[in-house]
Amino acid sequence: MSSETPGAGTTRSANHYVADVEETPIASIDAVDLDEKPSNLWIDAWRDLRHRPMFWISSILILFIVFVAIFPTVFTQVDPRACDLAFSNAGPAAGHPLGYTKQGCDIYSRIVHGASTSLSVGIIVILLTTIAGVVFGALAGFFGGFVDTVLSRAGDIFFSIPYILAAVVIMSVFSENRNILVIALAIGAFAWPSTARVLRSEVLRVKNADFVMAAQATGLSRMGILFKHVLPNSIAPVIVVTTLSLGAAITAEATLSFLGVGLPGQTMSWGNDISQAQRDLRTDPQVLIYPSIALTTTVLSFILLGESLRDALDPKARALR
Amino acid sequence: MSAANPANTSGHLLEIKDLEVGFRTSRGEVKALNGINFTMDAGETVAIVGESGSGKSTTAAAIINLLPGTGRISGGSVLFEGRDLAKATRSEMEEIRGKHIGYVPQDPMSNLNPVWSIGFQVEETIKANGLASGRKEVRAKAIEVLQQAGLADAEKRLRQFPHQFSGGMRQRVLIGIGLAAKPRLLIADEPTSALDVTVQRRILDHLASLTETDRTALLFITHDLGLAAERAEKLIVMYKGKIVEAGPSLEILQNPAHPYTQRLIAAAPSLASRRIQSAGVSLGGIEHDVASSAEGVDLIAAAETRVEQLGAAAGARPAIEVDNLTKVFKIRTGGLRSENFTAVDDVSFAIPKGTTMALVGESGSGKSTVAKLLLGLEQATSGTITIEGRRTEKLKGRELLALRRAMQPVFQDPYGSLDPLHNIGNTIAEPLRIHGVGDRASRRDRVTELLDQVSLPRVIAGRYPNELSGGQRQRVAIARALALKPDIVVLDEAVSALDVLVQAQILRLLADLQAELKLTYLFITHDLAVVRVIADNVAVMQRGKIVEAATTDEVFDNPREKYTRDLLDAIPGSGIKMGI
Amino acid sequence: MAYYVIRRLLQAIPVLLGTTFLIYFMVFAMPGNPILALFGDRSPNPALLERLEAQYKFNEPFIVQYLNYLGNIVRGDFGISFSGQSVNDILARTFPVTLKLAVIAIVIEMIIALSVGLVSGLRKGGIFDASALIVSLLLISVPIFVLCFVAQFFVAVQLGWASPTVGADTSLPRLFLPAIVLALFVVATAIRLTRSSVIETASADFVRTAFSKGLSRRRVIPVHILRNSLIPVTTQLGADFGLLIVGATVTEGIFNVPGVGNTLYQAIIRGERPTVVSFVTVMVLFYLVVNILIDLLYAVLDPRIRYVK
Repeated sequence: MSSETPGAGTTRSANHYVADVEETPIASIDAVDLDEKPSNLWIDAWRDLRHRPMFWISSILILFIVFVAIFPTVFTQVDPRACDLAFSNAGPAAGHPLGYTKQGCDIYSRIVHGASTSLSVGIIVILLTTIAGVVFGALAGFFGGFVDTVLSRAGDIFFSIPYILAAVVIMSVFSENRNILVIALAIGAFAWPSTARVLRSEVLRVKNADFVMAAQATGLSRMGILFKHVLPNSIAPVIVVTTLSLGAAITAEATLSFLGVGLPGQTMSWGNDISQAQRDLRTDPQVLIYPSIALTTTVLSFILLGESLRDALDPKARALR
Repeated sequence: MSAANPANTSGHLLEIKDLEVGFRTSRGEVKALNGINFTMDAGETVAIVGESGSGKSTTAAAIINLLPGTGRISGGSVLFEGRDLAKATRSEMEEIRGKHIGYVPQDPMSNLNPVWSIGFQVEETIKANGLASGRKEVRAKAIEVLQQAGLADAEKRLRQFPHQFSGGMRQRVLIGIGLAAKPRLLIADEPTSALDVTVQRRILDHLASLTETDRTALLFITHDLGLAAERAEKLIVMYKGKIVEAGPSLEILQNPAHPYTQRLIAAAPSLASRRIQSAGVSLGGIEHDVASSAEGVDLIAAAETRVEQLGAAAGARPAIEVDNLTKVFKIRTGGLRSENFTAVDDVSFAIPKGTTMALVGESGSGKSTVAKLLLGLEQATSGTITIEGRRTEKLKGRELLALRRAMQPVFQDPYGSLDPLHNIGNTIAEPLRIHGVGDRASRRDRVTELLDQVSLPRVIAGRYPNELSGGQRQRVAIARALALKPDIVVLDEAVSALDVLVQAQILRLLADLQAELKLTYLFITHDLAVVRVIADNVAVMQRGKIVEAATTDEVFDNPREKYTRDLLDAIPGSGIKMGI
Repeated sequence: MAYYVIRRLLQAIPVLLGTTFLIYFMVFAMPGNPILALFGDRSPNPALLERLEAQYKFNEPFIVQYLNYLGNIVRGDFGISFSGQSVNDILARTFPVTLKLAVIAIVIEMIIALSVGLVSGLRKGGIFDASALIVSLLLISVPIFVLCFVAQFFVAVQLGWASPTVGADTSLPRLFLPAIVLALFVVATAIRLTRSSVIETASADFVRTAFSKGLSRRRVIPVHILRNSLIPVTTQLGADFGLLIVGATVTEGIFNVPGVGNTLYQAIIRGERPTVVSFVTVMVLFYLVVNILIDLLYAVLDPRIRYVK
């Protein structure tokens, strides 16, 4: 074969080629390479996230929005409820950079004060959906059988009603006492199955791993296996879904408020403001545009954070980059 | 593209010169092939042998310019009938592939498109290579292709989909597709590694007869040196992107010159098994020379270690006794109906203390279910399991925990057997914590001791599984199994997923540990060649039943059942005469 | 295949029972006179009150009420609206319009998703891919009503390319703008999914084997890569249909398209709860039916499902 290859090591017989051992040194078999820093899923994910502009931009935006929501008065001294019809749809003026709404309220101040509404609803919704989703998803996936059948079918039923439609019905019934908690409950009540489904399928994947069998064969209890091995290894996708659904929950609140079945008119809510501005869209679009930008930016921040987390935490998503 | 191509001055069918392949990564280009040179002539069969990462599959893919991902040919040439394929345009390559160079891939399960019928996938090959035109002619040709590939009732099969075919049948289809255009060269990349051993042999025989009839040159890629030597006239041994040794198969087997080749030969279970077989003397008396570079992976030495201490174990009480063990699963067959499936059917065996019994069978034979029943991970339908003199089926709570201390498992998948979120130290210490053995400090000492026993550096305790290689993970799994000082270790395909050298190292380690700690092993495997080296007794399982059980020598020398003989024949290398 | 169809239909039964029960429960299990509650602070017309009493049988125990309501639904009777009209009559008038809008929207969505997703996936990491990612994430983040207003203001009012509202004339060109808005609202996830399944399929073993057989790129891309990517994209379409329904409600409302969504939108805005309940029920049923159809389509696309014994 390579007999004609010139100068390539010793040639034992006419067609037996042997590479120069000096040029092809053999390493010891299966040597341990400890040059790299310790790493596991979370350490790796953090190293990955650190180099992503998308992660930093979204995190900084979210921190900023949270700060605005907690300390609105740092950003504006104007009372968002001090409205004067004399300024209806008026343009920007000194101290009122974005102008006035139809009712003559300061747009900038209303946007600043509206942040806490959107964030509170979003956070309560994901608390509800995450708790319900993790409990039901973990039980269904880990115990399987009858428990799984009952919980999964129940999830299917809740999943079969688009959660915004369900929230419309619930909010219609609660016409008297609508507040942030009620609207969050209305959204969360039908939004939990997606979290549950994600966790269930992860749990199903992890619980059949060999390391779970090894722990079981050593005598670790069922609960020990669930909490020590199965849940920690299945939680990453839930974190991704939760971040993304925070954005979706904020959108849902705004949509319900827009439809008039959300928060009462006097509550500071971007959805309400957009809804009230729609009639004057042709003549005064700025009244509608500013709260829309605030709303979209907030939702986008959570979507961007969720996407960066997905890229960092899901090895499959990493391969897709 | 004919042999008379005037450019083909060298006269070789394929001539690869200084071939280099690089993969683009975030850290720059990484070389996968580093100056590969070899030639093939018409009708010749050449095998490339190497471990994973050696570059053998990359070489195959580079020839037909189908490198995965970011791979590209960064230097050298691939002269096929005198024409440089490394510089060919896309449409020129499309013309050559299929028609002049056929390709049979590794895994039959993933290489047929699941959404198209078999007929569709064969017919599109025929049309793309202009082998027939007109619907009827194409169809007739497709039937012919499948019949040649050895599929009975090919006509009916055309309408079926890949998932309705077994692995062996799919591989026949892929061979048919690869050879449909009667190419001058066929590249077969590990064509049977994913199949059961008995099927492997039939498929390879068929492939050999087809290539011989048409004088097709065959480039055969494999990790199994025994298989390569049996199937090819010439061998190319690759290591880390380079060819370390090449030449006539027999010559290389008998006089390996490069230390890497020497290691491979010492570590190949199929060759070791043949040698032990052909030595004609019992273990302990085999004279053999092994180059010093290959000492750590010499399987025959591993076998001898085991036999030496077998004398001490003679006449020992059984550590495990299994009587009439049966496991029936209910399988939903659709709707509300369910069917009983007997995975383990009236199985009985006993393993004397301090010895190794191998449970051998192909996939689906029920051997892994036996392991789960023993470990208490599944409940037996009937029958008894007696471990160290105690019945185990009814044990609960503390007694069950005590039993679990005496028997520990090591599983196959080195990537799934360690929790990726726990560091190595915690993983090894987990059994100690579960059983409340010792305090933090003493557990730490025990982990250090265990790491020494499995020859891993102590600093590894703070590391995570994804930093380790498959072999290292398997060492950690063994250390975890030994943490509670068990008497019995159940090894479920524990070395099957490892590269041959690492596999040999782990087999040596297991033999040494058995001698040192007087362990009893139940060794579950599909690979009879490994059994010859590691086991004292063998039980062969088929469809849930033990069909033959005896000492290893007896089973290998005088197999009674046809099924056992088939399995033995399937060990590659039967045709090789080799010096000992 | 028959087995699969029957099984899928049987599976739909508990979901049908469950969803209708949940809707009914949400509205009518509240304390007090549910009919008066339905009207909120509006005073009902006594004749309508009587007909609603008859429709919902409030004097009976809850379970009987529910079974009665379910019986009506199964018979295809969705009750009467706030204004006393039969919901079925309204549906007959409005449903074809919504169906037309939805079909146009889905066609636009599929064309955009498959073409953008395919190019992004085949040229992953390129400029096109990066821009498509940014646009998709932006589209996911913009609430539907903002999207509607942006389209209405810029395309219809500023540029004058379309009428800002549709009105009674529901011919294809007039529906085009709301349909595009609706398509953009749901297209982002479909683009992302097409892209990821194209990338995944393109690196599948069988694609390499297809090339090794001598097939050209022109054949492998549609026949082996795109065809297989259709399977997950189609399944996702079913899950996203809920989004489409909500989107249609808002879009029809803002663009004044005389469809089912608009009827629901007007009922919500005006607080006409009997109409809301009826139409939410209708939409949930529609969602169920579409999901069954998509599962059947899935079986057509994927022979592994089709040929289960």
